[in-house]
Amino acid sequence: MRNSAIAVSGLRKAYGDRVVLDGIDFEVAEGSVFSMLGPNGAGKTTTVNVLTTLAKADAGTVRVAGHDVVTGTRRVRSAIGVTGQFAAVDEILSGRENLRLMADLRRVRPVDRVVARLLERFDLGGAADKPAAEYSGGMRRKLDLAMTLVGDPRIIFLDEPTTGLDPRSRRTMWEIVRELVADGTTIFLTTQYLEEADQLADRIAVLHRGRIAAHGTPAELKRQVPGTHVRFRFATPQDLDAAALLLAGSTRDDQELTLRVPGDGRSRSVRALLDRLDDHAIDAEEFSVHTPDLDDVFFALTGHASTEDPAR
Amino acid sequence: MSTLPTPLGDAAIMLRRNVRHTLRNPVTVFQAVLFPIVIMFMFVYVLGGGFDVGGRYVDYAMPGLIVMAVSYGLGPTATAVNGDMTKGIINRFRAMDVSHGAVLAGHVVATTVRGLIADAAIVGVGFAMGFRPHAGVLGWLGAIGLMLLLGFGASWLTVAMGLASKTAESAGMATVPLIMLPFLSSAFVPAHTMGAGVRQFAEYQPFTPIIETLRGLLTGTASTGTALTAVAWCVGFAVVGYAWAVATFRKRA
Repeated sequence: MRNSAIAVSGLRKAYGDRVVLDGIDFEVAEGSVFSMLGPNGAGKTTTVNVLTTLAKADAGTVRVAGHDVVTGTRRVRSAIGVTGQFAAVDEILSGRENLRLMADLRRVRPVDRVVARLLERFDLGGAADKPAAEYSGGMRRKLDLAMTLVGDPRIIFLDEPTTGLDPRSRRTMWEIVRELVADGTTIFLTTQYLEEADQLADRIAVLHRGRIAAHGTPAELKRQVPGTHVRFRFATPQDLDAAALLLAGSTRDDQELTLRVPGDGRSRSVRALLDRLDDHAIDAEEFSVHTPDLDDVFFALTGHASTEDPAR
Repeated sequence: MSTLPTPLGDAAIMLRRNVRHTLRNPVTVFQAVLFPIVIMFMFVYVLGGGFDVGGRYVDYAMPGLIVMAVSYGLGPTATAVNGDMTKGIINRFRAMDVSHGAVLAGHVVATTVRGLIADAAIVGVGFAMGFRPHAGVLGWLGAIGLMLLLGFGASWLTVAMGLASKTAESAGMATVPLIMLPFLSSAFVPAHTMGAGVRQFAEYQPFTPIIETLRGLLTGTASTGTALTAVAWCVGFAVVGYAWAVATFRKRA
């Protein structure tokens, strides 16, 4: 068992009478990626704020990098890097000056070499001397993350790092996260995107209404929902009727003219299914094998779609 | 490889950041000087002839204009402080092992220095327009010291207003009273020539003793009593501004 980079127990936080975190516990192993997944308003940013010493918990203990966030605030701060939801760059300063500012504040030497390496790594060399105000959204995020990496913090917090980014910038961001992990950095990542958590995280916690609704590896979470199935779509209601009679245990959707047939998704069983339809001269317009993704998990766990939280 | 962070070191780094902002945006200094110069032209060449101030008008008006060059330079600081609070960069600093006071102190020192530069510029223009002070070395040192103190006090007050404002626009507006007060002081006409009510206000508001002290220092007729009142006001600005700023910073950030 590796050491815990982050250990949280019984964390509670309320703003006024609105309870945001209602007793959460989790641990993040050193050098791993932990993703907190949840819709807007689930309490992800509040969690990040407490873990990064920006907000005080009402109850519970939080240890980051081996130090209590309340009694060892300064030690925690010097071990972490934080990239918040909104790019925190100085817009008047250039990219290079922003990085220099961080290098100065973290007392990292030699400044020029550290800054030059980060500019190159994040592909910002060409715009290094332009004011950050002229950067595109994607470049600003990259600069923000580069600023966070100055001084090689052991634990990095990324609060929705790809929200609002185009697909290409998102891929770049994922690559960077993977490189960081390869170097042994611990990453705490919040996201609303199941795919992102699935792609990056070693462990995922699903946050729902201030509690952790489930947590585990992506595979473990997927196992919690039943559901590999084959889906057929038919041209006519008659075809649908015939197929539904033929395939016991299937679920039909009359509106969409679709039929879901539970199965294990292996080639042999799929082939048997198709053969049975063929024997009865039923032709499906469309057919797909569906394995549960984190969307299904989220839906199964919370009863809501992942993108919004009707509770708020 | 790296040196230990200290609050003073952090403040120096933050000051460098604010100086860069000013260099990138020199209009903030220009603005601080431009308006007082326009006002100087208006009062010295247009209106001043009609005032009896017991001497040359440009010599009378100069101390008030020097003070205005400080107060006109405050707006951009309030806006910048507010921007730091609302644009997320403050959270970056707060989650780092950086002295929180350093962020504010950087603004205060940069604003004070900017005020002195604006003062030097307005005095230069004043000389060109016939300003002839009779101050000795001590008088000039006293005048510079007083402007430093005023800049320092007013900057803390401005930083506090920037922190307390909801938006950048209202932050800029919050410094307007500091710009307007010199108009209702003895800056352009002696207080005793004003009507009842306005006169009392002019006599007891902070800028009259500050301007009178500056005038005394520049003409070699300073009075200790007024000077103490002026210094007390400046220190008061600094203390109130500092306490307000720190309290607001803790609450908001």
